[in-house]
Amino acid sequence: MAINPEIESELIAFDLNGKKVFAEEGETILLAAQRHGVEIPHLCYSERQGQDGNCRACMVEIDGERVLAPSCCRYPTEGMKVQSQSERALQSQKMVLELLKSDVSEQPHTLNSELDYWAGKLEVSTPRFKPRENPQPDLSHPAIAVNMDACIQCTRCVRACRDEQNNDVIGLAMRGHHTEIVFDLDDPMGESSCVACGECVEACPTGALMPANDVGMVEPDKKVDSVCPYCGVGCQLTYNIKNNKILHVEGRDGPANHGRLCVKGRYGFDYVHHPHRLTKPMIRREDAPKYPDFEMDPNDIDKVFREATWEEALERAAQGFVDIREQDGPNALAGFGSAKGSNEEAYLFQKLIRVGFKTNNVDHCTRLCHASSVVALLETLGSGAVSNPVADVEKAEVIVLIGANPTVNHPVGATWMKNAVRNGTKLILMDPRGTELRREATHHLQFKPGSDVPMLNAIMHVIVEEGLMDEKFIADRTVGFDSMKKHLEKYSPELMEPVCGIPAEELREVARLYAKSKASMILWGMGVSQHVHGTDNARCLISLALMTGQIGRPGTGLHPLRGQNNVQGASDMGLIPMRLPDYYKVEDQTARSHLEALWGGEIDPKSGLTVVEIMDAIHAGKLHGLYIMGENPAMSDPDVNHARQALSELRHLVVQDIFLTETAYLADVILPASGFPEKTGTFTNTDRQVQLGRQAIDPPGDARQDLWIIQEIAKRIGLAWDYQGPQDVFSEIRKAVPSMAGITWERLEREHSVVYPCENEGDPGEEVIFTDRFPTTDGRGLFVPADIVPPDERPDEDYPFVLITGRMLEHWHTGSMTRRSNVLDSLEPEAVATVNPMTLDEIGVKPGELMTLSTRRGSVSAIARADIGVPTGAIFMAFCYYEAAVNKLSNAALDPAAKIPEFKYCAVNVTPGGEPMQFYSYGGGQSKNVLL
Amino acid sequence: MSGQQISAQKLGKELKLPRAVNKGRQVDPKALAEVQALLGDEPRRKDLLIEHLHKIQDNYKYISAAHLVALAHEMKLSRAEVYEVATFYHHFDVIKEDQTPPPALTVRVCDSMTCEMLGANELIDSLEQGLGSDVRVQRVPCIGRCDKAPVAVVGMHPVENADTARVSELVENKQTQPEAIEPIRFEQYVEQGGYNTYRLCMEGQYDVEKVLDTMDDSGLRGLGGAGFPVGRKWRIVRDQPAPKLMAVNIDEGEPGTFKDKYFLDRDPHCFLEGSLIAAWAVGIDEIYIYLRDEYAAIREMMEVEIAKLEANPPVANMPKLYLRRGAGAYICGEESAMIESIEGKRGMPRLRPPYVAQVGLFGRPTLEHNMESLYWVRDILEKGPQCLTDHGRHGRKGLRSFSVSGRVNKPGVHLAPAGITMRELIDEYCGGMQEGHEFYGYFPGGASGGILPASMGDIPLDFDTLNEYGCFIGSAAVVVFSDKDKARDLAVNAMKFFEDESCGQCTPCRVGTAKAVTLMKEKQWDQNLLEELSQVMVDASICGLGQAAPNPLRCVIKYFPEELK
Repeated sequence: MAINPEIESELIAFDLNGKKVFAEEGETILLAAQRHGVEIPHLCYSERQGQDGNCRACMVEIDGERVLAPSCCRYPTEGMKVQSQSERALQSQKMVLELLKSDVSEQPHTLNSELDYWAGKLEVSTPRFKPRENPQPDLSHPAIAVNMDACIQCTRCVRACRDEQNNDVIGLAMRGHHTEIVFDLDDPMGESSCVACGECVEACPTGALMPANDVGMVEPDKKVDSVCPYCGVGCQLTYNIKNNKILHVEGRDGPANHGRLCVKGRYGFDYVHHPHRLTKPMIRREDAPKYPDFEMDPNDIDKVFREATWEEALERAAQGFVDIREQDGPNALAGFGSAKGSNEEAYLFQKLIRVGFKTNNVDHCTRLCHASSVVALLETLGSGAVSNPVADVEKAEVIVLIGANPTVNHPVGATWMKNAVRNGTKLILMDPRGTELRREATHHLQFKPGSDVPMLNAIMHVIVEEGLMDEKFIADRTVGFDSMKKHLEKYSPELMEPVCGIPAEELREVARLYAKSKASMILWGMGVSQHVHGTDNARCLISLALMTGQIGRPGTGLHPLRGQNNVQGASDMGLIPMRLPDYYKVEDQTARSHLEALWGGEIDPKSGLTVVEIMDAIHAGKLHGLYIMGENPAMSDPDVNHARQALSELRHLVVQDIFLTETAYLADVILPASGFPEKTGTFTNTDRQVQLGRQAIDPPGDARQDLWIIQEIAKRIGLAWDYQGPQDVFSEIRKAVPSMAGITWERLEREHSVVYPCENEGDPGEEVIFTDRFPTTDGRGLFVPADIVPPDERPDEDYPFVLITGRMLEHWHTGSMTRRSNVLDSLEPEAVATVNPMTLDEIGVKPGELMTLSTRRGSVSAIARADIGVPTGAIFMAFCYYEAAVNKLSNAALDPAAKIPEFKYCAVNVTPGGEPMQFYSYGGGQSKNVLL
Repeated sequence: MSGQQISAQKLGKELKLPRAVNKGRQVDPKALAEVQALLGDEPRRKDLLIEHLHKIQDNYKYISAAHLVALAHEMKLSRAEVYEVATFYHHFDVIKEDQTPPPALTVRVCDSMTCEMLGANELIDSLEQGLGSDVRVQRVPCIGRCDKAPVAVVGMHPVENADTARVSELVENKQTQPEAIEPIRFEQYVEQGGYNTYRLCMEGQYDVEKVLDTMDDSGLRGLGGAGFPVGRKWRIVRDQPAPKLMAVNIDEGEPGTFKDKYFLDRDPHCFLEGSLIAAWAVGIDEIYIYLRDEYAAIREMMEVEIAKLEANPPVANMPKLYLRRGAGAYICGEESAMIESIEGKRGMPRLRPPYVAQVGLFGRPTLEHNMESLYWVRDILEKGPQCLTDHGRHGRKGLRSFSVSGRVNKPGVHLAPAGITMRELIDEYCGGMQEGHEFYGYFPGGASGGILPASMGDIPLDFDTLNEYGCFIGSAAVVVFSDKDKARDLAVNAMKFFEDESCGQCTPCRVGTAKAVTLMKEKQWDQNLLEELSQVMVDASICGLGQAAPNPLRCVIKYFPEELK
């Protein structure tokens, strides 16, 4: 029955076990009873998975009805007489429990069996029935144990997998007493299409699905509420801790995830316990020269480094910077902060560089991911932030997803998109790759790599030609439409069809769909931003939204999906060379003065250098000292051979990290830092939610928290700082970042998460922004036309294929964390590159065989994996493999506006065979050996 | 640095090989091409999954894992979604890589009550030995030919009063096509004034309200077994918001029932016209007809006849008719399970409320009827309600189509007055008991309607009259047994049937039927436990299957106690 929100819901009076009680509208008998303290057993119902009515443990007697009714599915009506504890009802409840108990084995698999709980509660004795024949456990998956001897077919796992996560791996197969829970075609879980989100494990009431290796049978010492350390979605989670070790992780009801997690969030936590953790400060041995083409072995660290005391290491680190600052000037120094650190760390780090090093040469990996999006957004709308949260897709009629593969890179965000599509929202997927979401898409525009601008211009051309614009929005809230209109004339879909490879008619249909819908939302990822025309790509998307008025309301707007867990926050904190905290331009005198007063130091009025520019400056002999906190440019930069060369040429490199990364290998001083669960701080997700990560365990050995390390360096280069902890830093952030001024630490502790803008204490925070104006000087959005710029390096006879780089589900970024996680490493042990089977045929390589990829910059060998989603003539590879670092191949050509490199396109040659990969440290499925 | 050393050299063997493909089974291009060829231009809509599975099964005689994955890909479904549907239905043979495909030919032998009583087990044993390994002999539940028991089906060719010799002959001659049936065809039906009443309805010659009144007056009740007044159902659905759909249930699977087949073998258009009139009265746009897969000859005939009707529609804006094919699942005779099946899913009954009339097929208000309920509509309108109300006995009104089988001389469908007693039915319509057999007991309503002893052979048979005895008439499938039979054995047969046919959704039915079979196979029945179990099945099962499953068992305890001693 439809609920009319305008009519205030009335309470329904009914009789429960002889007492008059009230139910709220839409409340089942079960829940109403629960609220009145009457417990009714139930198994197939759960808050998360909802009602199904199959277990029949919750049967109640309703006056006037022939049979009993499932209280989880029935809604009380006025005057209904319900008995949950009559003899007849109890007999049914108990018999159902007895039947179920008779079939599950006596071997417990969980400490919290709901079946045992209810059986105990109702005093169900030993079952009188002969048990069924029970199957063997399925232990094929590294993360999840399948104990079907405990399965009661309640289908909570099915609903978790299909209705919630929309992964559609678990099914209910066969029928009658043969009914069974299956993965795909009743395949072993480890061989199925399972993506190990673990939602089913959390849903299972009997331990039939459990974390592997019986960790679920261990009682934790404590539970700590925190946030996921991986992507920008910002899922809230709970760590289960015993003896300073993380046992397992559970999803928590945060605004971005509502209890959902993905494989990394749920199973990728144990990297912090890996024996490779740096636990002592290290200083480079005098006799250990730096080679850019090193082979790193964390097991053999002593040849290159020696242990030092904190005092010696800090002194050495700081003095090196001071010397260079004094000899070569502040601009011979630079710092790379990290989008994985907290807001407090990012803030303090950039402050250290700006007032300690006295330079604006501070940047972080945002340069490599969304710099172009941010540049375009700032230029056109005056703000780099997302207009709406990801979950707003459920309010959208049309979703445009371009250059993003969220099922891999933002898995929980992807679930909201899939949920929306299954509720009727139309998905337009624009991607050269046929990603997982193509199954959900109404249109999949599989355009030629790099042809974003012509395709988007053609769509806008149709909108103008067919008069689908929002004239009022254009008139009231934008400038520059006329020149945009003129610019688009030459981009008819018919002309662009051969350029982008999408039929003109489909471009027209998509244009109409997007423009005419009541609410269309655009989400994009690095497929848009990591091009030499990345800024242009983003400009086109913004223009599309502006001309149709598809922004500024719930369910419609622009959302660049942020990659790192705190890339939004790190940018907000000013960890970028041309912007101060809250995006004030470095050149902005007023903003500078405000901060100079707050910080008690001068700020260089000139923008600093970006990530790739810093590498070039080192190479050019202009920059000699670099402080890197938690970044790994020796893996993540384009053309890493060049980057490694630059790093090796530094006079003084200080790396603060938790592992001996490829970057740390070239350091003069290594400062052992804290892993995510070892510290407290705030993190800002892609939705602009500022969330509190809480310390769950202590750092190992002599590793220290990052905030402490930054302060110790600061003290030694002349800054008298005395922050007592993240809370102190956060107080200062509120003064430096006006849009966060209203967020208090106490509120974060209480609510775990507050969205900004939140300028005054007590403000709820704004989830949707740009509702009536854009934060530009005139309040209007600006149309910026974009022309076709071809990719920098196109395929030719020598390098006939296109190389696209990116990430994969199990491995995060450069792999330093995930490849040291037992589960993730077991799932994806070795370097693979995915290729269309037809292209593989053409090259003469069989799936699973070794092949070698070469570009003008280098070559790597990897295992070929067949994937019909990859367009023919293209190779896709993730950059997480040190033994096959694809960034040795990528092109460092930069987008002129944002200085973002073209990771998504370069020319490559592929040949069969190659040097087998060498595992001298981790990866290759080896991390499993350390946690036994 | 601490902890143990990790080095590749030591661990070479333990390294897990990287996957050569993406996660899970990948689409095999050859299988995909085959599936695409089979599906042709047909829509890939989700609700057509079962139809498409049939195409693979018909063509390849089984469904390989590769074809399943290809079909999933082609229909944009997940692998699990396709697998769980395919494995729900008995008529799909899903064969994975490590399994042997079944022989090209399957001989199905019914082993439900009547057939078992009349020698199915012996037939199966003999066929299993005689037919060799090139033929699969499969036990199947009732195939709707109980009056000619025992029955076998060679491929799609039914063999009535089957014996080994006859079956072997057909196998040898490769006679596997459905039998020939010769009903009243479209041309003949129209010639005899068929579809005239429907045309008059559509032209406004009949007043809807009056038609509804006539239906009420006729006392026609749902003849699928539940007996819900037809006129009342029409009014309920008529009041629902458009668009509305109709779903016609010809999944006649209750052991002992073959009346729908009887009527369709003879006069399919009379039922189609009734459906169209109902659609007119209720305001329905589309009619889905769900036909059990066992009635292959009827399916082929209906395809032809519906095509003719659509090519020569009696009116311009006739509702669209869709014929859907079941796949071997008794539960799909349950109205909401049938709707799930038409939607291309596992046939699992839905919880009610909401009722099908409000939220039915594809979420729309749905008028669901048993075929026979619609069959009588034309007569009622043309001849008046008295064509039914004039009949009846022992205070009951109307006609019932009794499917009678078992130990009587003239088994078959007997159209008899409602309220007739068992003894009267045997004597007046069935030519008495067979030679050498003494009337001992009967199932008044198929496997689920319970069992009554001969001593209770004088109770009027109709809806509602048997409730007080723990029985019901249901679809009026009467199985008569004699002093040569055992009620207990028949009850075990019925419970095994329910165990096999339970959809497996709810605990009382899924686990209950299985435990009941185990307990009933014991020499000494644990009557208290069986009674406790029966009560939870009746009280707590989702649908009629589980709720009625204990009826035969309870009847044996109640009416045939001497058999349990």
